[in-house]
Amino acid sequence: MTAVIELDRVSKDFVVMRKKGRLRRERMTVAAVDDISLRIDTGELVGYIGPNGAGKSTTIKMLTGILVPSSGTVRVVGLDPQRRRVELASRIGVVFGQRTQLWWDLPLIDSFDLLRHVYRVPADRHRANLRRFVDLLELEPFLHSPVRQLSLGQRMRGDLCAALLHDPAILYLDEPTIGLDVVSKARVREFLAQVNRDEGVTILLTTHDLSDVERLCSRLVVIDHGHVIHDGTVAEIKTMFGDTRTVVVDLEEAGPSLVVPGAEVVEVDGPRQWLRFRRSEVTAAEVIAAVVGQARVRDLSIEEPDIEDVVTRIYTSG
Amino acid sequence: MAELATTLHLYRVLAVAKVRADWQYRSQFLLYMTTQFFITFLDFLQIAVIFGAVDSLAGWSLLEVVFLYATSGMAFYLGDAFISQVERVGGYIKAGTFDALLIRPAGTLVQICANDFAFRRLGKLLQASIVMVIVLARLDVEWTPGRLVVFALMIPSGTVIFSSIWVIGASITFWTVDSGELANTFTYGGNFATQYPLDILGTWLRRFLTLVVPTAFVNYFPALYVLGKPDPFGAPGWVRFISPLVALTMAVAARAAWTGAVRHYRSTGS
Ligand SMILES: Nc1ncnc2c1ncn2[C@@H]1O[C@H](COP(=O)(O)OP(=O)(O)OP(=O)(O)O)[C@@H](O)[C@H]1O
Ligand SMILES: [Mg+2]
Repeated sequence: MTAVIELDRVSKDFVVMRKKGRLRRERMTVAAVDDISLRIDTGELVGYIGPNGAGKSTTIKMLTGILVPSSGTVRVVGLDPQRRRVELASRIGVVFGQRTQLWWDLPLIDSFDLLRHVYRVPADRHRANLRRFVDLLELEPFLHSPVRQLSLGQRMRGDLCAALLHDPAILYLDEPTIGLDVVSKARVREFLAQVNRDEGVTILLTTHDLSDVERLCSRLVVIDHGHVIHDGTVAEIKTMFGDTRTVVVDLEEAGPSLVVPGAEVVEVDGPRQWLRFRRSEVTAAEVIAAVVGQARVRDLSIEEPDIEDVVTRIYTSG
Repeated sequence: MAELATTLHLYRVLAVAKVRADWQYRSQFLLYMTTQFFITFLDFLQIAVIFGAVDSLAGWSLLEVVFLYATSGMAFYLGDAFISQVERVGGYIKAGTFDALLIRPAGTLVQICANDFAFRRLGKLLQASIVMVIVLARLDVEWTPGRLVVFALMIPSGTVIFSSIWVIGASITFWTVDSGELANTFTYGGNFATQYPLDILGTWLRRFLTLVVPTAFVNYFPALYVLGKPDPFGAPGWVRFISPLVALTMAVAARAAWTGAVRHYRSTGS
């Protein structure tokens, strides 16, 4: 595997003026990214998550050449984004979920044509790419509508197409599913998975929607206060931080909370009870045996923690 | 050279797109263009009014002053049409859209100027060009090859000088987002000052417009040569010929200012 993105001890400080007292203002240095080292290989699909202000967008901006790091070195497809911004720009695609890059007042198709000139994509190459992405993203029905008339979901699909028309090796997405409904989200995810799998595009995406990460990403990098606090697969993270399981039992009749050693009843809803336990302390079989010994059980299931819980735990413990 | 051709091509493509987008609001567009066309005549009218009261202005005849007006106007409105959009950069920074320019494989300056190109601004340029044609037809000048060359270089040099002032002004905006007004003083003020012979201005202002914000090189000095007039202040003769050099120097300064400004943005993110 070859690294397409390498960050070596990268930091980014911002100087901000903060109000102090009524008139005085004080210069403060904010370490938005603080000594991050990271290596992403060709073809990876990495979720980059962290609470608000963790430094996600700042990292992406350094990887695109928008911002220059305060210290450390960044290499993207072997280039230094600080000095080779223009050259790098042709090799990467960027989508900012908050803001479209399409020409607001023109039909969607015109934006694509303009980008062909901006990125100097050969005409036949452009045509082939456009046809493929228009099909995959189902853009045909609104290809000739002005961008300002598109729904958020349609516009995001347009932005995705726009970011990929010049065959970038890497796609950065900063909150690509923000504001989208469930159906649009699913569609965007499916498309990203496909682009990653079929075209080998390396993808780095930030999101606050953890189901994006769970469905999509092979690897999860969690940052907080500018530090990487976890880097691993989704499954690894779940096992490390998601040691708990919950047994959900439906009893024949409603009764008092069950008493099971090593497990704790966290919720009771009529005949249904939720018992949480740590796998390192008791096994599911032991918990179930104890339950069955106390009451008549009609139905039973074991729940894994969802990623939301896991990440909340990481944020609060990190 | 290839880089220049690419840049110009990109400018044209983006500007045409903007014109097409604006065309959807064409009634506003035509109204603006027509009003601008006539409003620009007001400046011109002012000159006529002055000459209704006096026969000459510091030794300059009506036609000669109109010549200054037309050269200044063409240079200024060319800059106004193609480069002045750069003064909007403060808005880009505030809205965070400057980032979007930096992720494209192209210069930021050409993108801003082309993205905000407004065809309607050409109305003013048209007015200045018409005045130029009229004044050239009536002006009593013996067109030696030397005068033709100096005249031919006046408008390109003037355009570059005004444009550079716009770019430098916009570069300053990166440090103090609300300094747009200051830059306007130099560009619009410079345009106004170059509509009249420098002779009527006070010494300090004259020096300022020669040495600091060198709009005197847009038309005054080369016009002395083209119209065969003596320099009332006894500046050396070669001063009349250096407008292209001044323009080049200004362009280099503008490029440096812009590069510095973008570097500042890329390190502070604002
Ligand atoms: N241009 C800037 N000037 C000053 N401070 C900044 C600038 N950009 C970001 N910051 C600060 O740097 C920190 C990291 O911001 P960043 O935008 O990278 O966070 P984020 O992880 O993307 O957060 P969110 O999830 O809210 O988008 C924050 O404290 C933010 O206020
Ligand atoms: Mg962010």
